[in-house]
Amino acid sequence: MVKNFKLIIFIILGLFIFFVLLNALKNNNNYLPDKISQDIETSFTARLLYKNDVVSLQELIQNNDLSIINIWASWCLPCRDEHVYLLNLKLNHNVNVIGINYKDTKANAKKFLEEFGNPYSQILLDPDGTKSIELGAYGVPETFLLNTKSRKIIKKYIGPLDNVKFDEILKIIKNEKI
Amino acid sequence: MLGQIGIYSLYITSIISVFLIFSSLFFKRNLDENFNSRIFSLISIQLFMVLLSFCCLIYAFIISDFSIETVFNNSHTNKPLFYKISGTWGNHEGSLLLWLLVLTIFLFVFFIYSKNLLFKYRLLTVFFQEIIILGFLLFILLTSNPFSNLYPIPKEGNGLNPILQDPALAIHPPILYLGYVGTSIIFSSSLAALIAGLDNKIWASHIKKWVIVSWIFLTLGIMLGSIWAYYELGWGGFWFWDPVENVSLMPWFCLTALFHTIIVLEKRKIFQSWAIILSIATFSLSMSGTFLVRSGILNSIHTFANDPSRGIFILCFLFILIFLAIFIFFIYQNNISENLYKPYLVSKETSIMVNNLFMMFFLAVVLIGTVYPIFLEVINGSKISIGPPFYHKLIMPLLIPFLFFMAIGPNFKWIKDSLNKINIQQLFFLLISILVSFIFIKKNDVSFLLSLPLFGVGIFLFLLTIKDFVSDKSHISKKISHFGFSIFILSILFNGILSKEYSANMRVGDERVFMNKTIKFENLKIVQGQNYQSVVGLFKIIEEGKVLDFNPEIRVYAQPETITSEADISTSIFSDNFLVFNILKNNGYYNVRYQIKPFMMWIWISIIIISTGGILSFFRKNG
Repeated sequence: MVKNFKLIIFIILGLFIFFVLLNALKNNNNYLPDKISQDIETSFTARLLYKNDVVSLQELIQNNDLSIINIWASWCLPCRDEHVYLLNLKLNHNVNVIGINYKDTKANAKKFLEEFGNPYSQILLDPDGTKSIELGAYGVPETFLLNTKSRKIIKKYIGPLDNVKFDEILKIIKNEKI
Repeated sequence: MLGQIGIYSLYITSIISVFLIFSSLFFKRNLDENFNSRIFSLISIQLFMVLLSFCCLIYAFIISDFSIETVFNNSHTNKPLFYKISGTWGNHEGSLLLWLLVLTIFLFVFFIYSKNLLFKYRLLTVFFQEIIILGFLLFILLTSNPFSNLYPIPKEGNGLNPILQDPALAIHPPILYLGYVGTSIIFSSSLAALIAGLDNKIWASHIKKWVIVSWIFLTLGIMLGSIWAYYELGWGGFWFWDPVENVSLMPWFCLTALFHTIIVLEKRKIFQSWAIILSIATFSLSMSGTFLVRSGILNSIHTFANDPSRGIFILCFLFILIFLAIFIFFIYQNNISENLYKPYLVSKETSIMVNNLFMMFFLAVVLIGTVYPIFLEVINGSKISIGPPFYHKLIMPLLIPFLFFMAIGPNFKWIKDSLNKINIQQLFFLLISILVSFIFIKKNDVSFLLSLPLFGVGIFLFLLTIKDFVSDKSHISKKISHFGFSIFILSILFNGILSKEYSANMRVGDERVFMNKTIKFENLKIVQGQNYQSVVGLFKIIEEGKVLDFNPEIRVYAQPETITSEADISTSIFSDNFLVFNILKNNGYYNVRYQIKPFMMWIWISIIIISTGGILSFFRKNG
């Protein structure tokens, strides 16, 4: 009897710990900083992919109210997934999409665009990755929605775009244009 | 291609595993030689298959085969070869494969070295071990396949986290795993011995070697992790009571207790149930360590990926094993044939029990400190963090009696001894120790209450172990370990009391004075490393005409983008000088931290001495 009692206590205790830990798994442990800086530094200059000019990011976005900056690379696989959304934004919604080509070679970048289509109005080269760091990027792909006048980031997406994010972008575009 | 070989050999391994589980469970009573050799050949094939799979992964890392996702995520073509190889186990998938490899190696070795023991016992050990192997295989195949393919094949990988690119850390996981996995053999064999009713003396002397081996690897593994934290993280400490460090420490406490208990069991045939409980607990703690680290419940450098399905799998697996063990323990409890006499109060048995009690206390403190925040968050949603003060407050006072017993305990005889043996000599040593400690504490102006007795017993242990070396040549391994431990405690105390720190914001050309030393920030230079760029600060520290150069670095790694601070540490036998600097945002200022850490070196040396004792006792014939 005593033996069974001990066993039961062990089991109850074990189950209790099990369920607590199971619940602990559900808690999200990805701590991101509470505030991501909203200001963006657009004054830096970089070389263009198709012309040999050096321009500043500011020049490329100043004629539009809203711009999208997309950081991509030909070797980045998720970039291929999100490419169709960018094309859609460019062709159907007439958004100014600026590409920043991250740590890539010119030849590969061009080949990538020939294969999948070019959603960008201009592409800046960032062969050593430093420009993207100045923008506050984490990695590729990353997409910023930018209010050009106030130079504030409206929205920042780390990782590839998907249906949900795409719908959100469309909503933001609508609101901003009115 | 490599990926296919790797994955198919894992499939074959799991088939063998299932087969072994069934055949060992339903074996026929009339055993023949054939059966034994068949099991042996299956275990060998299994080992070969896992080895093949692991080699495939290493080879894929060496040739940077980015068609394999693990390689793509954790490697890069311009990484040094050494880190390409260590990258194999520097990630979740690869490290699990390493676990599996060590599991099969250990089972193989166990099977070879247990030939003259009861066949049923060996077979049951294989049974439990295969359950663990199968669990890990399923875990790998279902949730973390190291060989999943990528198409199209990327040209470049994402790189290994630079903070992991360090020689100490490259060998830290394999060594630690050898310790962890060693405990799995102890777990399986303790259950097997219980069911098979193996004579506890035979079991104890057989499993002792495994306990020692696991203990040595665990000790060294923890030390390597700590060395890495000290040299690479640049925070200036060697133990932070980080939950991830704690989970490696908990099995260590348990294993140390088991190490001592098993000696009693072998010599006196008592404490068998306790030894079995410790065996189960040690392995459960190793597994929970893996669970806590891998599931992402704890947020730290070791958290490879936050994938909840992995967490749930390993949690269920862990609890299946624990419940299985508890059930078996309760069902077969009657098989235990230990002597049930009460040991005399003054005897070696008692002093080993005292050691066990302290170990359990330390274990409880660390366990509560580690899991309490998790439980609290689940139960009422509040987030707390438990830091070093908690551990220091609870562990330090208990260290005083612990060290005292450690000094006098080993000299007691088995069965019965008398206190008359505590002679003038020992009292004399105690007096000297207290005196030395008093003078030292007075001179350095630290609080009396705790430091004085703590320091006193530290020195007491040191003196007594030295005296024992001289007076008696037997049990040399135990004496070395205990002697090492006294140095360990003393160096930590010296380190804590005598450490000095100075921190300032400086620009190039600045000079600061700190404790009759002048710190000069002379210049900066940019250096191109193999896979990083670094800003090197040129510092000079001038003390009474002697000039020391310090060149701490700030490294900027390209793949993945990371900035790390490399402290420049000038190590000498008696003290470490430690200088690290960080970029501040405003106009050319750098935050410079200069630390003097006495006896740092001795902490590592003492741990090596402690392990040396273990190694010696492993090679001793009958001890």
